[in-house]
Amino acid sequence: MEREHPAFAERATAKPSRHAHLLLAIAVVLILAFVAAICFGSTALSPTAVFETFLGRGAGTNEADIIFSIRLPRAITACLAGAALSVAGLQMQTLMRNPLADPFVLGVTSGSSLGVALVVLGSGTAIGAFLIGATDLGGSLAIIAAATLGGLLVMVPILLVATRLQSPTTVLIFGLMTGYAVSAFVTVLVAGAAPDQLTRWTAWGLGSFSAVTWEQLQVLAPVIGLGILIAGLSIKQLNALLLGETYARSMGLNSKWMRLMTMGTASMLAGSVTAFCGPIGFLGIAVPHIARSVLRSSDHQVLVPASIMLGALIALLAQLLALLPSQFGVLPLNAVTALIGAPVVIFVVLRARNGGFVG
Amino acid sequence: MTALLKTRDLDVGHGKGRKRRSVLSGINVEVAAGEMVCLLGPNGVGKSTLMRTLARAQPALGGSVLIGGKDAALLSQADLARKVGVVLTERIAIGAISASRLVELGRYPHVNWAGQLAARDKTIVRDAILAVGAAHLADRDVNELSDGERQRFMIARALAQDPAILLLDEPAAYLDISGRVEMIAMLRHLAREKNIAVILSSHDLDLSLRTADTIWLIDGRGRFERGAPEDLLADGRLTSVFSGPNIEFSVAERSFKIKTHPRGTALLKGVDDRIGLGQSVLEREGYALVGSDETPDLAVWVHKGGWTARRGKIEAQGSSFAELALFSRMQAETQDEA
Repeated sequence: MEREHPAFAERATAKPSRHAHLLLAIAVVLILAFVAAICFGSTALSPTAVFETFLGRGAGTNEADIIFSIRLPRAITACLAGAALSVAGLQMQTLMRNPLADPFVLGVTSGSSLGVALVVLGSGTAIGAFLIGATDLGGSLAIIAAATLGGLLVMVPILLVATRLQSPTTVLIFGLMTGYAVSAFVTVLVAGAAPDQLTRWTAWGLGSFSAVTWEQLQVLAPVIGLGILIAGLSIKQLNALLLGETYARSMGLNSKWMRLMTMGTASMLAGSVTAFCGPIGFLGIAVPHIARSVLRSSDHQVLVPASIMLGALIALLAQLLALLPSQFGVLPLNAVTALIGAPVVIFVVLRARNGGFVG
Repeated sequence: MTALLKTRDLDVGHGKGRKRRSVLSGINVEVAAGEMVCLLGPNGVGKSTLMRTLARAQPALGGSVLIGGKDAALLSQADLARKVGVVLTERIAIGAISASRLVELGRYPHVNWAGQLAARDKTIVRDAILAVGAAHLADRDVNELSDGERQRFMIARALAQDPAILLLDEPAAYLDISGRVEMIAMLRHLAREKNIAVILSSHDLDLSLRTADTIWLIDGRGRFERGAPEDLLADGRLTSVFSGPNIEFSVAERSFKIKTHPRGTALLKGVDDRIGLGQSVLEREGYALVGSDETPDLAVWVHKGGWTARRGKIEAQGSSFAELALFSRMQAETQDEA
């Protein structure tokens, strides 16, 4: 049997480096966007001022105050939320073999909202705990737990439907309707709230990275880190699922365990972001598709890191775009993410080749 | 030889509880290493159900499947994957991945949690791709492959699992005729070369009878038969399953014959390399060939440049077989009128 077929010799050197270069390029752009997110805001700061502040010079100045209390937590939150939603979207798309799956579109985010609303209203505190600064650790964890469970409440029936029905559109409609039904409960719950609470709830519903405090980040960051770690450790399993569940099982995947773990992780990631930043749409569905077309690969070995970084990057860009028309105040974050995400979704639907997966 | 795969009173079907519907029951078979088995039967008799049950893609309704002497239902998913490679009929929706990466997925049950491929894994992947004869396509995106090429890589992926048993549900379903022959020949070769038990379901009767060591036959009433192709041919079991109102399975030719409206008897003579063609024309037109000791309704001589035919007093000649077909038909019609 021939040992060194020319086709094999070539491949060993060519493929991995292209992906490595692209990932490196995304990382560089991500760092630039992070710096930009700290520089721009209601008052623009020069990059030199920002670097000096980070080096410890100029402590106690006005700039330092803006950077450490507003810009830095906001930028970190944007990165965490973007990465979390994108990874959750990628997990759901692969698990369901559905290019249109994502926490927001399939109503998981609505389920999380319900969880948040129940905890917040049930415990007698005001709506939108983060807005009034529910800073204690227990409160933050409780809200994350409630949002995760709320997300699972929607995720489980959707997955049950998805395993029986192959059509992505049917699953999508089922998810949309479940989301509406759950939202209706939330609306009923919120209707009885006081006017100023309603205003805050509405503001929360528009989505924002600005309201998360350092104390809350201490909870949010580890939870999202854990979720992303789990996703990173299941790259092999996600790749096996590329061929569908029957094949994945025939290659040795414990699909029940995988399904449970992926649903749990995706709900936790989407739920924790929803709890603190509001229901942010379209990042979860759009970013994995952007990652697939940028890297021209379905391999999760590159898709997971690419989705994490592109998710963070696009969340930062959305945050920057939301600042633009400063004379009218800031744009709602959800409007910006929809402007970025909706065209991607339309593109995916129109290019429904491969069941919609870019290839 | 010990059996790699063995079934004990296997009962396959769908559903459970009151919705339980058994399709095939009481199946007892054994498959040895290096053996090639073809599962034959009309549509809808449960070929896929049986294949999926053997692959544990669906549970057995009763009885058990033994893989290497152990009950398959008790094996872990990974242990099973190291023993049995599966290729199913369902089309995969996958793109933006190279064909060789697709094959690498088959190493799943052997590699560590990170899915890293050691040198040995890479060698196995390479050998699997070479075994299906698709090395020149290994760098292509799966999307750019034809159905046949993609199927080859799906088989290479199953081979990369390093299985003792290969289960294939209609592996040639989407292929054209030459692709089918090529595919079956390749599987036959794999079974012998790598000493793997290959079990495949097929619609291609002729090809299966030529290549399989053992035929599993399911008839329209859910009866399961097995045996060497020649034995099934000899005792008429194949003929009874595959003959219908318009076709008849010919044991001698191992293929179907179309039953035609009988027109009479014919005597055929002529040069060797043309006589077979003449025979096929006359049979299609419904003539039974007879020897020269009888008086035929039609007598035909085929020679290099054409044919000469005579019925009663009418004699005709021509150069093409189309003309011969026309003549034999017209003759019969004139006779009817008279």
